[in-house]
Amino acid sequence: MRAPSVAEIAAGDVLLAVEGVSLAFGGVKAVSDVSFDIRKGEIRAIIGPNGAGKTSMLNVINGFYHPQAGRITFKGKTRRAMRPHAAAAGGIARTFQNVALFKSMTTLDNIMAGRSLKMHKSFFWQIFRHGPALSEEIEHRKTAEEIIDFLEIEHIRRIPVGKLPYGLQKRVELGRALAMEPDLLLLDEPMAGMNLEEKEDMSRYILSMNNYYGTTIALIEHDMGVVMDLSDRVVVLDYGRKIADGTPDEVKKNKAVIDAYLGVAH
Amino acid sequence: MLLYKIFIDPFVQMGASPDLFVQTLWEGLVAGVLYALIALGFVLIFKASGVFNFAQGIMVVFGALTLVGIYEILVRWGISQENVAAFLALGLTIGVMFLLAFAVERIVLKPLVNQPDIILFMATFGLTYFLIGFGEYVFGGSSKVMIADQLYLPKGFIDLKILGGVVSLQKIDIAAAVIASIMVTGLALFFSKTRIGRALRAVADSHKAALSVGISLDQIWVIVWFASGLVALVTGIMWGARSEVSFALEVIALRALPVLILGGFTSIPGAIVGGLIIGIGEKLGDFYWGALLGRGIESWLAYFIALVFLLFRPQGLFGEKIIERV
Repeated sequence: MRAPSVAEIAAGDVLLAVEGVSLAFGGVKAVSDVSFDIRKGEIRAIIGPNGAGKTSMLNVINGFYHPQAGRITFKGKTRRAMRPHAAAAGGIARTFQNVALFKSMTTLDNIMAGRSLKMHKSFFWQIFRHGPALSEEIEHRKTAEEIIDFLEIEHIRRIPVGKLPYGLQKRVELGRALAMEPDLLLLDEPMAGMNLEEKEDMSRYILSMNNYYGTTIALIEHDMGVVMDLSDRVVVLDYGRKIADGTPDEVKKNKAVIDAYLGVAH
Repeated sequence: MLLYKIFIDPFVQMGASPDLFVQTLWEGLVAGVLYALIALGFVLIFKASGVFNFAQGIMVVFGALTLVGIYEILVRWGISQENVAAFLALGLTIGVMFLLAFAVERIVLKPLVNQPDIILFMATFGLTYFLIGFGEYVFGGSSKVMIADQLYLPKGFIDLKILGGVVSLQKIDIAAAVIASIMVTGLALFFSKTRIGRALRAVADSHKAALSVGISLDQIWVIVWFASGLVALVTGIMWGARSEVSFALEVIALRALPVLILGGFTSIPGAIVGGLIIGIGEKLGDFYWGALLGRGIESWLAYFIALVFLLFRPQGLFGEKIIERV
C-alpha cells in the first residue's frame, strides 16, 4: 500500500464536502459561508490564527454543532447538519484539542470503548480482521491489542488514563479514535504541547495510518513545519472565513494567508 | 462526670452486656443496608448524567406503591392465586419502572440537555411532586401493607443464644442484606464486564468523548434511570416489609443525603460504606449516648456526622480529591 500521489487525490472521490456553512453563537460569527471538501485518502490540514473557527468547523463535521446555514455531504449523502451518533456510525472519529478521555478507565478500556459501535470496516483494515470462530468480544479485544501495539503503549495498558502524562494521553486518545476503524479521522491539534520527539512520533503514526490503512485525515495544527510536511492540501480560515485553499506550497505563497498570520497595516 | 458519661460509661455498658451491643449493631447494619441502597440509586444517576435526582426517595415509595397497587387490582380482577398475582405484579412493576425511566429521559432530560445543573435539579423536584400526585391518584393516598408473604419473603425471628444473652434477628432483615449484596455485586459485574457497562462508565467520565465514539447518551440515560428505578423498587419492598407503604417513606430519601456526603456522590463503594457507617452510627449513638441529650438523637445524628465530614473531607470517603487549579 502506498499513499496516493497529489495527482491521484486531485482526481479522487470526495469523501466529505461542506458548502456554504455558517455558524453563529448569538451575535458571534464563528464560521461564515465556508466551503471545502476532503477527498478520500488525503491528509487535509485546516489552519488559521487563534479564533479562526477551525475547531468549530470540526464540531460541525462530527455533529456537535448544527450550523445555521449550509450543507454537508458525507459519503454522497447530503444533510443540513450531522448528528454525533450518525457521524460516528458513518465512520467519522475524532480527537479533541484538550484531550477528552475516559479518565477513570484504563488505556485498554478506553480503546475498547472506541469499539462500542460496530463500524463498517474499510477495505484497508483487513489486517485487523480475524476468524469468524472467535467471539465478538475477543475479536474486538484483539483489534484493541493491535492498536496498542501500533501506538507502542503496551506498558500502560492497565493504567487509568487520568494518571498518564499528557503526551501519552494524546496517544491513547488517538488509539480510541483508531479503534473505530474510521473512514475519516478528525484530529484537533494532535501535537499541541508536545516536545520535538513526541511530535515526530505522532507524525509517524499519522503518516502510517494514512499510508497503510488509507485513513482519510483532517487535522488542525499550529506547527507549520508539521502541516507542510504531512498534508496533501491545506484550507486556511481567518475570522471564520475561508481565505485560501490549496497545496502547502500554494498556500505558503498566498498573500491573504501571509497577511492573516503576520498582520497588515490598514 | 460528663466526660465519664461520654468516653467511658458507654463502653462499660457495651462490655457488660455484649448481646445488647450485638443486637444494636445488627439493627444499625440493616438500616445501613437500606440507606446504602437509596444512596446507590442517587450515585448511579449522578455519575452518568450529573443530575442530583431529588426524586430518588419518591421512586422508592412509588415503586413499592405501584407493586402493592397492581397486586390489589390483579386480585380484584379475580386472580385467586396470591403468589401468582404477587409475582405478576412484580413483573408489571418492573415494566412500569422502565416506562418511567424512558419517560423521564424523553420528557425531562432530553429537552433540558446542556442546561445548568440547578435546572435539572429543579426538574427532579417537579418529578417528585408529579410522582406523589400520580401515585395518590392511581393507587389512593392511604397507606398499604407490603405483600411480603406473597413474594415468599421470610418473616419471624431467629433467636441466637450467644454472648450470655439472646440476639434476635428478623428474617426479613437477613433477606434484605442478602438481596442487597446480590444486587450490588450484580451491578458491579455489569459495570466492569459488559459493553454497556463500559459505555456507562465512559458517559460518566466525559459526555463529549462518549458521543464522539458513537455511544448514545439517550440510551445510557434510560438504562441508568431504569437501574436506579430497580434499586428503588427493591429498597421499597424491603423497607415496606418492615413498616408500611406510604408517602411518609419519602423522608428516608433525606436520610440518604448524609450517606452521600460521607461516601461521595460518585462512588458506589462510598455509597455502601457510607450507608453502613451512618446506619450503625445512628443506632449505636442513640442507644449508648442518646440518654445524655434526652434521647431521640437518631433523627439528627447522621446530619451531624455529615457536617463534621464536610469540614474535613468535603469530597467524601471515596470521592476524588478536589484540586482547584487557578
